[in-house]
Amino acid sequence: HIATSLPLPSERDHLRPRIDLIVFVIDIKSKCSLKNVEASLAYVDAKFFLGKVYFLVTGVGRVNCCSIETNAICKLGEAYGSPVLFCELELEGVRVATAQRLLRILQICASLVPGFSALSFGLLMRNSADD
Amino acid sequence: MDETVAEYIRRTVLKIPRDEIKMMLQKWGFLSEAQLQTLNFHQLKDNISQEVVQLCEENSADIKQAAVLDIIYNHIYQNKRMWSVYHMRKTGEELEYFDLTDFRKKFKRRLQSALKNVTVTFQEYEDNAIWIRVAWGTPHRQPNQYKPSYVVYHPQTPYVFVSASVLKSNLPLLCQALIVASNYHDIREMELRGHSLNSLKDIVFNRYSHNFQTYCPKPQQASTVEPESADLRIINENRGEKERIQRLNQEGFGDGPQPILQFAQYKLETMFKSRPEMDVLDKKEPFRCLVKFSSPHLLESLKSLVPAGMADAPLSPLLTCIPQKARNYFRIRDKKGLPPESFVSP
Repeated sequence: HIATSLPLPSERDHLRPRIDLIVFVIDIKSKCSLKNVEASLAYVDAKFFLGKVYFLVTGVGRVNCCSIETNAICKLGEAYGSPVLFCELELEGVRVATAQRLLRILQICASLVPGFSALSFGLLMRNSADD
Repeated sequence: MDETVAEYIRRTVLKIPRDEIKMMLQKWGFLSEAQLQTLNFHQLKDNISQEVVQLCEENSADIKQAAVLDIIYNHIYQNKRMWSVYHMRKTGEELEYFDLTDFRKKFKRRLQSALKNVTVTFQEYEDNAIWIRVAWGTPHRQPNQYKPSYVVYHPQTPYVFVSASVLKSNLPLLCQALIVASNYHDIREMELRGHSLNSLKDIVFNRYSHNFQTYCPKPQQASTVEPESADLRIINENRGEKERIQRLNQEGFGDGPQPILQFAQYKLETMFKSRPEMDVLDKKEPFRCLVKFSSPHLLESLKSLVPAGMADAPLSPLLTCIPQKARNYFRIRDKKGLPPESFVSP
């Protein structure tokens, strides 16, 4: 399900399946994008932040057009206890690889991978990023 | 052939991109096909222009022919110039038969009687446009061929498009000559300016697609499959909102391509509104502020603001009214006597 912001329109509540993963996409070229995500975070129930929320930052390939500091985004990730992924959607290879990563993460969050829980995997992601 | 004419022709040819020189000389028609065959278009432009001048010398070109070449260049590269639009009015509704010869005669006579030294050249085009080139001089000086004004007039319409040279002092005389020649009674400058002549014509001749406020009952059932999403499993939660935005945008801008404008300027003469405790201005004077939007294609970029998520729908009518009002320069003042609300002055 794709949405431009939260909260989700309530008229479709009965049509929606269980939500296993929320990925917030931030376009590093647009300050609006970050503001929008920050505003939407307020609508997310606390239990999602146990490994079911990820931040995906796009547009990192265009270094000249960055409007947001990566520092600010990393701080956002820390504040909400959620991992931050970086990618560049304009390159097909990176796009496909990112999609595959997200699918794998989704499988874990939906409890389809034995031995991994969303929480344990999320912690793993965050710790490896710090190294 | 006069030295000044030779130099003028040489400089005009130098302006033309090398690949287009042959085509423009052919359009000009002053040099014969045989003469054009002798030209080598694959050498440096400097050399090409020298050769052209020599050929013109053989044919004894004068400033009149050189001016025609200049009109041809400016007709093709019309978008390089900045055009203003003027509106003429006449008393009474008599539909007069437009006589081109009469128009030309009257126009030229009016200018020459005032200035003596002017070069006036006319060129007609298939889309019923008359192009007029005027090089301005004074009773004591020869016309300056390098700073001419251009006028485009479609007979039977009350609109004139002017690309004035830097010498603004000649504008009143130009306007006078236009109304005298076309049998109108008065002329005024509209608040509409831009580089794209065709778009300005589209706006004043109402040739762009309008956003009619028609009633269209919206289908209430589940919408059809989105052609963009390759996979039916991708569900867009905000489809309803997207459709609403699309509809509002359509109402604001219409369906078809927008006329090309480069600027919109809003001069604010409103009072500064702040919280009482801020008290920024001691004197209650209007806060003078100029807001200018510029873009290679202003209306198209305004139209894509809301779908791109950069603005809320619907857009301010101050932005969407530009083609209907046929203006892109506005003055905004406070409404007097009522709680502060701005309105657009005529």
